[in-house]
Amino acid sequence: MRLLSPEDWRDFPGKFIALWTDAHYAYALYQPAQLVATPLVDGAYPALSHRGAAWFQRLAHDSNGHKAIGAADTRPAIEHFRSPDGTAAWPEFSSPGGEGIHQVAVGPIHAAIIEPGHFRFSLRGEEVLKLEARLGYSHKGTLGLIRGKSPRLAARFAARVSGDATVAHGIAFAHAAEAALGVTPPERAVYLRAVMAEIERLANHGGDIGAIAGDVGFAFLDARFAWHREALCEAARAAFGHRLMMDMVIPGGAAGDILPGGMAAILAAVLALENELPSLTRVFEDYASLQDRLVGTGIVSPQLAQAYAAGGFTGRASGQDHDARVSPGYAPYEHFGLEIPVEQDGDVAARIRIRLAEIIESIRFIRDMLKNLPDGALAVAMPAESGSGLGVAESFRGPVWYWLSIDSGVITDVFIADASTLQWPLLEIAATTAILADFPLINKSINASYSGVDL
Amino acid sequence: MVWKTIARHFIAQPAAPRKANSAAVAALRQRLTAAGHEKLGRSLAIRHVAAGSCNGCELELRATQNLIYDLTQYGLSFTPSPRHADILLITGVAGGNMLTAVREAREAMPDPVLVIAVGDCAVDGGVFKGSPAIAGGADAMLQVDLVVAGCPPAPAQIIEGLLALLEANDTAPRPVRVPR
Ligand code: SF4
Repeated sequence: MRLLSPEDWRDFPGKFIALWTDAHYAYALYQPAQLVATPLVDGAYPALSHRGAAWFQRLAHDSNGHKAIGAADTRPAIEHFRSPDGTAAWPEFSSPGGEGIHQVAVGPIHAAIIEPGHFRFSLRGEEVLKLEARLGYSHKGTLGLIRGKSPRLAARFAARVSGDATVAHGIAFAHAAEAALGVTPPERAVYLRAVMAEIERLANHGGDIGAIAGDVGFAFLDARFAWHREALCEAARAAFGHRLMMDMVIPGGAAGDILPGGMAAILAAVLALENELPSLTRVFEDYASLQDRLVGTGIVSPQLAQAYAAGGFTGRASGQDHDARVSPGYAPYEHFGLEIPVEQDGDVAARIRIRLAEIIESIRFIRDMLKNLPDGALAVAMPAESGSGLGVAESFRGPVWYWLSIDSGVITDVFIADASTLQWPLLEIAATTAILADFPLINKSINASYSGVDL
Repeated sequence: MVWKTIARHFIAQPAAPRKANSAAVAALRQRLTAAGHEKLGRSLAIRHVAAGSCNGCELELRATQNLIYDLTQYGLSFTPSPRHADILLITGVAGGNMLTAVREAREAMPDPVLVIAVGDCAVDGGVFKGSPAIAGGADAMLQVDLVVAGCPPAPAQIIEGLLALLEANDTAPRPVRVPR
C-alpha cells in the first residue's frame, strides 16, 4: 500500500477499480492491483475525478459517514428510508430539458423474477434520454456482519453477496484472507475452486444468453439454454453437494472433495452443452429478426468502457482486454493459457458473442483441470494472526475484489467491490442509445448484480 | 430455418434429456387438483417479490419454470401484476429499504392472499439475522402461510412447498413447514 498526500491522492492516474474508507484512511484501488491511501481529515477526503468513483463515495458516506470533498454526486447509495416512520419521500429525478419529455418509473419491484431496484427513465416518445438507477433496496448490512468474525465464519457472508457469483465471491474473499495471513491453499483445492468457478460461469452465461433470446421471441433458445443451466446445476450438486456450490470455497482451501461420480456428471453436462452450442449459436447468427434487435442496441463505446475501466464481458465487448484471471492473475490459470476474446462494437450482440466464446474456453478449462487434478489435502488451517490483504477473482460478470484487515484472526475491516459497481453507470448510459422497449435486453446483456452493490 | 435447427438438434443429440420423475409429477398434479380447484379455482398466479435476497433464491425460482420442472403444468404461474395474483411469494430478508414496497404490493392484491416465504432469508433472516439493516424474515412484514427452507431451496422443494400450501389451506391459513 502507498500512502499519498491529499493532492497526489486526487491526481493519481491509473485505471480505477474501487474506493472505500476505514476509521483512519480512504483507500483507492487501481489496476492491476495497486492500493493507495490517504489519511482522513475530520472524516473527509478529497473526491476522485474517476468516473467510476461516484458510487463508492456515496456508499462510504452512507455506511461510514465519511465525506468526499468536492464530489459532484452526493445522492444516497443505500440509506433511503432514514426517517423514523419509515416513509422517506421520493427524491426529485431530474429530466433533461425540452418539449414533450416525460418520465417512466419502474420498480423497486420488477416484472420478472429478479432483485429489486428503481429505474427512472426520461423519455421523448420511445427514445430514452436519461436513465437513473436508484439502488440500495437489497441492502442487508453485509459488511457489518463480516466484521468481528473469523475468516472461516465470515466466508458464509461472502458467499451470499451475490448468489449467482457465489463461487467467485468465495474465491476472492479466500484470496484476501490468505494474502492477509500468509496462507497458501493446497493445490487440489485451488483446482477444485477453479472448476467450480468455471461451472458457475457456464451456468450464468448460458442462462443469460437464453433469457435475452427469450425476450425477443426465441423461446426455443431460452428453453435449451435453461435446460443446460439446469444440467450444470445438477452436475454441481452431484459433484459438490449444492446446485450453486455455495459455501464450498473456504479461506485456506475447499470445504470438501469432489464427490464420487461428480466428475462424470460434470463432464457429461459440459459435453451436452458443447454438442448443442454450434446449432444454438447458428440460430443467433442466422435470424435477421434476432440480429435486428441485438445489433446496435445498448452500446457501450470503447472510450466509455475505458473511462470506467470496465471489466468482465461488458468491458471485453467494448475493446477492453482485461481479465482478472490473467492480470493480476491467480492460480491455477497460469497453467492453462487463457484466450481473452475482445470485441469493439459494445452492443448487446457483442456481449453475447463474447459470452459464447467464453463458454468454449470454460469447457476446455474444466476438462483440463479435472484431468490434471492434483492429489493431496483440501484445506489448511487459518492462523490467528494479523495482517491485511487484497483478493480478486474473475466472476462471470467481471472482477470481484475483497480487502480484509485481520487482527489476531478476527476481521476488523472489510470492503467488497463487485464488478457490477462499475457496470451500473454503464447500463445507465447504454440505455440512452436505444428505445425503452429495448431496455430489458440491455439490462440482461450486462446483468449487473443488485445485491452485489447494495452490500 | 428454425425447424431445420431443431431437427438437426434432435438428430445430433443422442443424450437423453433429464426427465422429472413421472410418478412424482403425476402425484403432485393429483394433489393440486384436489386442493387447488376447490380453494381458488383452476389456476393460481404468483407475484414474486425479492425483499432483500442475494439473488440465489431468484435463480432457483426461475428454474421452476424450465423444461424439467415446468411449473405451469401444475396450474401455477408467475404474474407481474399483483392485481392478478393469488399468492405473494417472498424471497430474501425483510430489508429495511423494501418494507414500503412489500406493503404496497400486498395492498394491491385482491383477497384472499396466500403468503409464502421461500429460502432461509425469508424464513427468519437466514445468515443475515440480527443485521440492523433488516427487520427479520418475511413474517416481520406479513402473516406467512408457509415457509420453504433452504439456502436456496432447490426448484423441486419450491414446487413441493407451493402444493403443500394449497393443501394446507382447505380451512384457515396456517403455517406449514416444508422439510429440507
Ligand atoms: S436464502 Fe440463501 S440463497 Fe436465498 S436469498 Fe438468502 S442467502 Fe441467498
